[in-house]
Amino acid sequence: MSGSRTIERRWQRWLIRAGVFVAMAILCIPGVWVVLTAFRPNIEVLARPTVWIPEIWTLDNFRRLFGFSSTQQGLPVAAYFTNSLVISLTSTVVALLVGMAGGYAFARYSFRGKGALFLAFMLSRTVPGVALSLPLFILWSRLGIIDTSFGLILVYMAINIPFTIWLTDGFFRQIPPDLSEAAQIDGCTRWQAFWKVEFPLARAGLASAGIFAFLTSWNEYALASQLTRTTASKTMPVGLMDFTAQFTVDWTGMSAMAVLIIIPALILTFLVQKHLIAGLTFGGVKG
Amino acid sequence: MAEVTLENVVKRYGQTPVVHGVSLDIAHNEFVVLVGPSGCGKSTTLRMIAGLEEISDGTIRIGDRVVNGLPPRARNISMVFQSYALYPHMNVRDNLGFGLKIAGLSKDEIARRVNEAADILGLDTLMDRLPAHLSGGQRQRVAMGRAIVRNPDVFLFDEPLSNLDAKLRGQMRVEIKKLHQRVGTTIIYVTHDQVEAMTLADRIVIMRDGRVEQVGTPAEVFETPVNTFVAGFIGSPPMNQLPATVEGTAARLADGVTIPLPADIAPRLKDGQTVTLGFRPDGFSPAGHGMLTDAATVTIARDILIAEPLGNESILTVELGGRDVQGKMLNPRPLRPGERVDFTLDLSHLHVFDGESGRNLGV
Repeated sequence: MSGSRTIERRWQRWLIRAGVFVAMAILCIPGVWVVLTAFRPNIEVLARPTVWIPEIWTLDNFRRLFGFSSTQQGLPVAAYFTNSLVISLTSTVVALLVGMAGGYAFARYSFRGKGALFLAFMLSRTVPGVALSLPLFILWSRLGIIDTSFGLILVYMAINIPFTIWLTDGFFRQIPPDLSEAAQIDGCTRWQAFWKVEFPLARAGLASAGIFAFLTSWNEYALASQLTRTTASKTMPVGLMDFTAQFTVDWTGMSAMAVLIIIPALILTFLVQKHLIAGLTFGGVKG
Repeated sequence: MAEVTLENVVKRYGQTPVVHGVSLDIAHNEFVVLVGPSGCGKSTTLRMIAGLEEISDGTIRIGDRVVNGLPPRARNISMVFQSYALYPHMNVRDNLGFGLKIAGLSKDEIARRVNEAADILGLDTLMDRLPAHLSGGQRQRVAMGRAIVRNPDVFLFDEPLSNLDAKLRGQMRVEIKKLHQRVGTTIIYVTHDQVEAMTLADRIVIMRDGRVEQVGTPAEVFETPVNTFVAGFIGSPPMNQLPATVEGTAARLADGVTIPLPADIAPRLKDGQTVTLGFRPDGFSPAGHGMLTDAATVTIARDILIAEPLGNESILTVELGGRDVQGKMLNPRPLRPGERVDFTLDLSHLHVFDGESGRNLGV
């Protein structure tokens, strides 16, 4: 009995591993292909039959991107990058500040309409972003904030704040109210008690909320493509479309730019990773 | 000097009152214990004194200052929470010194006072540990240390021992008592455990449903409870309470047993009036196994239902007046269930309560 059981378990384990492998392959191979394409010449990428293993490595695609090439004009990558950074960081910081205050209020205070308000925030997350693009476009054009960083920041704040509130509410709930009361008895004002005791304890949660908000803004394409026009506000993902022409797509250039988009996100994720994991389990297990 | 005075303090949540006009005078350096079953308003009262809960009506004074509208930090109090509420991200030293740092004391002064408190509570070797790496008893001591370093006018304790096991609770009780004898600060202590109340308090405040039932020294509330609630709450095992009907100078129990009423109370009662007779297990013992007393007694023969030996004494359960009644047997001998034993009831400690209001008629 026990022998066949062990075999069965081993068999199951292999099945699970195979399943995980397939799932990871589906997730990773396109990403790997993009990175590989970024370092290959166009001729190899378009070759028939397909060259699976790169034979020629090159940085030409990046040179072209930054305008160091003699054959092709550069793209305003620096402007796109700056726009992306300004828009993502600003919307993240504001979303964190507002979301933290909101999450704290939901966790600590009872007020009229609290349940309904919370539900409304959550429901706002269920609306697909693209469905908002036309109304937003009309509204933004009337307000004259089409093709401005401010317009995009406003959109990303609206997307990120409800999620940040939801996430930080869970984290503040984990912190017993006794701690802030003890701090107040120890001589703190309500505000000091928050900054000196509750805020440090919720840092993990805020780190996770921050990275989620940043990545949402950094990677967003659908709305940004509608609301931006020029280098005044175009972000990196929108800039990718500069590589498409009526009949051709510059795959290598596009991939090189995609790599530039991935790098900051990757760096940030690594920096916050420890907090992120601790944060997710801390908030999730007991929440 | 820090007396604490409560005048008709009321707490309402919306329209629902939870504390109905509590008045108390607590003297400087007094150790007062608020005790009562859960939901009686004792913790709410403490939190109102701390300033963590707004008061709906009435006046609270600490010293000669009215503190009604003052935030907790302006009241010069310190508090030990049931959950200890130690700051999880600070080590023991920083937990102890937090309040002093907020108050803006110099580093040297903070170190001096923290070390002094650590010394009193035996925390010296734990100073660099985080609360997560302390045992329950150690956390409890840190919480007490955090309270004493600030040298407050009043200590507030909110069920500080209820998360500890029985043995540790006994030890910490002694430490708290020692602490009070050493620092002498006014202490207001909340508990639902009447043993803690009896052992620690200078005076006990017994609360029920947001009202004060009785205030008195442990001996007073034990010997002269004002009503059946206090009589049943204070003392372990609790006082036996039997409904009875007055017949002349005696009271007849449901099973027909008559018990003579105290001479000072009997004349005030009418025939046929319902009363509740109360007596503690100490006053109801097998002949020759009770406390020696010159007082008048009656002898009642009963069959033993349950005998619980505790070594130096046994708690016996018998049926009397249609109810289970507990008696105490000193220098016990083994008893079998069903064995018939002559009990003597000490009449000098017999309490007579009004059958309806439960008020003690002898007070």
